Amino acid sequence: MIEAIGLSKRYGDTMAVDDLSFTVPPGQVTGFLGPNGAGKSTTMRLILGLDAPTSGTVTVNGKPYTSLRRPLFEVGALLEARAMHGGRSAFNHLMALALSNGIPRARVGKVLDQVGLRSVARKRSGGFSLGMGQRLGIAAALLGDPPVLMLDEPVNGLDPEGVLWIRTLLKALAAEGRTVFLSSHLMSEMALTADRLIVVGRGKLIAQTTIEDFLAGGDGSFVQARSPEAETLALVLRARGVTVVRQGPDLLRITGVDAGMVGEIARTEGLALLELSTRQATLEQRYMELTGDLVDYRTAEDADVPAPNRN
Amino acid sequence: MTTIAPPQARMHQDHSPLTGFLDVLRSEFLKLRSVRSTFWTLTVAVVSNVGLGSLTAAVLAGRLSASEKATADGVRLALAGIHLSQIAFGVLGVLVITSEYGTGMIRATLSAVPQRGTVLTAKAIVFTATALIVGTASSFGAYLAFQAALPAGDSLKSSLGDPGVLRAVFGGGLYLAMLGLLGLGLGAVIRVSAGAIATLFGLLFVPPILLAMLPHSWQTTVGPYVPMQAGEQVYVAVSHESSALAPWTGFGVFTLYAAVTLALGLLLINRRDA
Repeated sequence: MIEAIGLSKRYGDTMAVDDLSFTVPPGQVTGFLGPNGAGKSTTMRLILGLDAPTSGTVTVNGKPYTSLRRPLFEVGALLEARAMHGGRSAFNHLMALALSNGIPRARVGKVLDQVGLRSVARKRSGGFSLGMGQRLGIAAALLGDPPVLMLDEPVNGLDPEGVLWIRTLLKALAAEGRTVFLSSHLMSEMALTADRLIVVGRGKLIAQTTIEDFLAGGDGSFVQARSPEAETLALVLRARGVTVVRQGPDLLRITGVDAGMVGEIARTEGLALLELSTRQATLEQRYMELTGDLVDYRTAEDADVPAPNRN
Repeated sequence: MTTIAPPQARMHQDHSPLTGFLDVLRSEFLKLRSVRSTFWTLTVAVVSNVGLGSLTAAVLAGRLSASEKATADGVRLALAGIHLSQIAFGVLGVLVITSEYGTGMIRATLSAVPQRGTVLTAKAIVFTATALIVGTASSFGAYLAFQAALPAGDSLKSSLGDPGVLRAVFGGGLYLAMLGLLGLGLGAVIRVSAGAIATLFGLLFVPPILLAMLPHSWQTTVGPYVPMQAGEQVYVAVSHESSALAPWTGFGVFTLYAAVTLALGLLLINRRDA
């Protein structure tokens, strides 16, 4: 359980985190979502006590992190930036952390096996690829077998194999009943792993909800109809008080009635339908809707509605 | 399918603050010996101490006049290598802390042990112990090599039983360890390797140069208290400089410099974001 109350962090003139209050409940995967620069990493540094908040408090299992003795048994953290000395071997890196918390040597071997780094354990971590470095970071987070795991952008920069590995691992860890707090700027990543979402933009809380409620809170579902007589169909539907948006010469987006009713109306009016379906707004669309005007840095092209799979 | 009980944070009530501190010491000791720079800087230090000790004996014995030998201190000459090895000890002391900031390791360290004062104290203890052992051993090595390389009957020869000699040879190790500790303190304050190393050697080597340009009265009043001049008295068996501080007074002043920077480092590590 992680609990933040009125958490704020100011760097110079910038409010990196602005009056953030949220709860990460135990035994679930909570996604921490926001565009780059939204304050996710800063929030995680505040949780770990690496940075001191300008105001507000944050506790882990009811205690401020800095008051924890042997915190590796309570929280395992993977930070976005690499946090290891490249001149030290993977084994010694983990062993040094293990010793500081009184974790037995056998456990180091176990986590090395778990992340698949046993064969390179004696190699200096400076020569590791991004994916291997990430695995070593996760091994460090797992050292104390903690009930709470916190990972900052764990799949960033990984190849597809690495992404799949982390996703599978996180699901397994959550299935064991662990609390997983996971940050990402990619909604698609969250849709695959998270039960709950905390959405931030420019350091402020935008939403804190379950995935289902997050979707329902937006446009939610709508009916898509394709008809050669789209214009007439739109007029007929509007006459009955239904909201209709033209999305193309023959494409309509209809909200307020279900697909069956649209089909019924089309039949009685004698209008042809080429396609009729119920659509769910995707998490991605909902996310863009919420954070669209909160993105700090973007190109002119990004300002357009994103076209998925634009290859 | 079996139900897996959610893992609970295990309570470790069985450990006292002391065992907690010993764990941090073990961790820091492993960190110190598991990077190559430690091995290499200490090797360079030992080689330069012992090597220059014997080289000085071989070169100087035949060249110094009897009167020069009478005013020279045999132990100080034997420990001439300290002028070089002190750079290695200083750099190592700085790196003990700045390498953590430089690589990002500090975030892992402070996530594992959020008690920052404990981390810095453990680093200082582990480094001091290591530097003291290696520094003292190389100081004795240098002294013995110097004696062995001197021709028989040379007036520079001394024995460990002579006045001040044993203290001075031990003093060589003390000086090197304390200098490294000063580096560690500066490293904790400055956090950037290059800046801390430059500051350390500026502090050691610049004051003597500045003093040489100042009136003689300054050299005798302020001179003895600048870090290197104060510190090196502890490895001089018999001083022939009238203005120099007594061995332990000088070392005390040197220790004070290190203590002040370490105290500042402790204060700042708790106040600043990591």
